[in-house]
Amino acid sequence: MNITVCIKQVPGTSEVEIDETTGNLIREGIDTKMNPYDLYAIETAMKIKEKNSANINVISMGPPQANDVIKEAYMMGVNNGYLLTDKKFAGADVLATSYALSQGIKKINNFDLIICGKMTTDGDTAQVGPEIAEFLDIPHVANVKKIMDINSTSITVEMDMPETVEIQEVKLPCLITVEKDIYQPRLPSFKLKLATAKRKVKNISFNDLDDDNPENFGLDGSPTQVLDVFPPKSDRINEKWEGTGKELGERISNKLKKLKFV
Amino acid sequence: MAFIRVHQKNVKNVEEAIKVCPFNAIEFKDDQIEITSACKMCNICVKKMPDIYEFVEGKKGEINKNEWKGIAVYVDHVEGNIHPVTYELIGKAKKMAKKINQPVYCLFIGSNIKHKAKNLLHYGVDEIFVYDREELYDFRIEPYTAAFENFINKVKPTIVLVGGTTLGRSLAPRVAARFRTGLTADCTILDVKENTDLDQIRPAFGGNIMAHIHTPNHRPQFATVRYKIFDTPEKNKTKSGKITECKIDKDKLISRIKVLEVKKKEKVKSIEEADVIVVAGNGIKKEKDLEMINQLADKLGGMVASTRPLIEAGWTDARQQIGLSGRTVKPKLIITCGVSGSIQFVAGMNNSENIFAINDNPKAQIFDVANYGVVGDLYEIIPELIKKL
Ligand SMILES: Cc1cc2nc3c(=O)[nH]c(=O)nc-3n(C[C@H](O)[C@H](O)[C@H](O)COP(=O)(O)OP(=O)(O)OC[C@H]3O[C@@H](n4cnc5c(N)ncnc54)[C@H](O)[C@@H]3O)c2cc1C
Ligand SMILES: Nc1ncnc2c1ncn2[C@@H]1O[C@H](COP(=O)(O)O)[C@@H](O)[C@H]1O
Repeated sequence: MNITVCIKQVPGTSEVEIDETTGNLIREGIDTKMNPYDLYAIETAMKIKEKNSANINVISMGPPQANDVIKEAYMMGVNNGYLLTDKKFAGADVLATSYALSQGIKKINNFDLIICGKMTTDGDTAQVGPEIAEFLDIPHVANVKKIMDINSTSITVEMDMPETVEIQEVKLPCLITVEKDIYQPRLPSFKLKLATAKRKVKNISFNDLDDDNPENFGLDGSPTQVLDVFPPKSDRINEKWEGTGKELGERISNKLKKLKFV
Repeated sequence: MAFIRVHQKNVKNVEEAIKVCPFNAIEFKDDQIEITSACKMCNICVKKMPDIYEFVEGKKGEINKNEWKGIAVYVDHVEGNIHPVTYELIGKAKKMAKKINQPVYCLFIGSNIKHKAKNLLHYGVDEIFVYDREELYDFRIEPYTAAFENFINKVKPTIVLVGGTTLGRSLAPRVAARFRTGLTADCTILDVKENTDLDQIRPAFGGNIMAHIHTPNHRPQFATVRYKIFDTPEKNKTKSGKITECKIDKDKLISRIKVLEVKKKEKVKSIEEADVIVVAGNGIKKEKDLEMINQLADKLGGMVASTRPLIEAGWTDARQQIGLSGRTVKPKLIITCGVSGSIQFVAGMNNSENIFAINDNPKAQIFDVANYGVVGDLYEIIPELIKKL
């Protein structure tokens, strides 16, 4: 069985901000890490591998630095890693990202199951998974919170809906996006770090893909465009209260009474 | 191909020219400034240093926007019980449709739902398209996508709005990808231009910035919006508009998914329904200290919510999360305790009626949105407040 997990490198603690008075950008550290939700996707693949024999690939699209997250995935025990990287992929929105990933996934080998995280902490759309599935013409199930069974032809999962839990049996190949907490992700192992230190990350560029039309990738392949960015603003009246804890507690209480909340 | 052109000659200070990019996507290599593959096309460099960076538009066949008309709202429902986000979207759709003088449509997909469609006629929708088929009883992605596709091909709406519910967030991207068009998730502001381009605004890039996004050359334009972002429109006494039943081939409704069982979850009151909310933030030092927050909420007859760090720590439940990746709330009263007020959090609560914020850092961003910003130590203030109530 071949499982492909999609993982992304996201900013670590850094946050982009705009200084409201000067209009300048404030950048803090530029450290990066693996999208935390993708750790659950990797763990799900590893758990499946423990029961069935499986080959686990991870794929990521990003700049060359994203090699690091693939290395991290090696330390968790995945077999092969691929990085889609090319200037032609830059500026991709959800559609262009999903399309490039679907092209990359096709390039790797046959796949039975694709696993995505619930969402990324920087894009935060939770859309890439369903769009990849559409481009690969396979069914998908989002919000999977439990794998009940998997065999060579189908997978049975629990899908978490607001009012219900649905048990769905899906024919393979298919794509699932997994909830946080589906399994506790393992930590990268030092032993695996040594063992995989020399293992290469295979890079896939635009020229390696079946679709040779650059207009389907990167900014050109992106229907949505950012027109402008700006700091959030608020125009509500606001008061600021200062004083001792005792004074302030009392002041809140009085105000709440006046507003008829008590 | 569209790209960012660098006017190397105008570069006076290399370091500054590189630093303008918040994503580290500008490099200095072989004596040249270069845009790397990390570029997110946020256009910040173009805006900040227009003499150096220029956005060059690609040449593309313009689509004919006149072929696409109307604003469609996907009716989110469970067994015909319509999710309230649907009405909020209808309200927004109507406001926008008036501006461009176009109709508002609803798309209702399910099984045994026909009779429920009538209720929508009280909200001034022009036409409701109903796909009522046995195969559409459970939500399975392929048949639902097929019905959606059928609707778009038939009606050709210029804008499609989908609620940012669990179902909507799975269905909308699938349909958008089928039409190879854009989808902007979790918009917090929507408006429409005269040429029917949709202005979409949402927090972006994981940072404290808002992005204004548009879909200039693709139709339909898809957007998802969370529950409680827009206002619910008034229900009209009289009905207007019509219901159209739609046909679709049986073989389009085939699915590779079998639903084996649907287990009802115990219904818990969600924070979205609460009139009063007390929010625990990272200023809470120990799990045990949540007791104090619970007490305060009890005194006010409200519910306890939290920010993401506490959920990640396992102290609170994911269903209690307010924010961009949690729930959006609009209570009559909200008291935040030890919350810094990050843009992602604020996006989920800034429409609340009365906002009290307790934070010991006078510079905390939460004070920008609070009506009553209380600067002080929550460990001193809250016990006193509980005593006084
Ligand atoms: C894409 C994305 C989506 C996100 N979605 C969400 C989301 O949906 N919801 C969400 O909450 N977060 C979300 N986040 C995280 C968000 O950016 C912030 O990290 C988070 O909201 C911070 O939570 P906080 O304010 O509780 O903690 P902190 O930022 O750590 O703030 C704690 C505050 O408490 C104050 N404080 C400390 N001690 C005391 C005391 N004794 N008395 C009074 N005040 C005290 C401090 O001054 C500080 O301001 C998201 C982030 C990203 C990138
Ligand atoms: N650039 C990327 N490379 C690989 N996987 C990605 C990328 N972007 C998103 N994904 C996958 O899609 C999921 C949802 O991402 P998003 O739609 O950005 O919230 C993530 O958890 C990843 O599994």
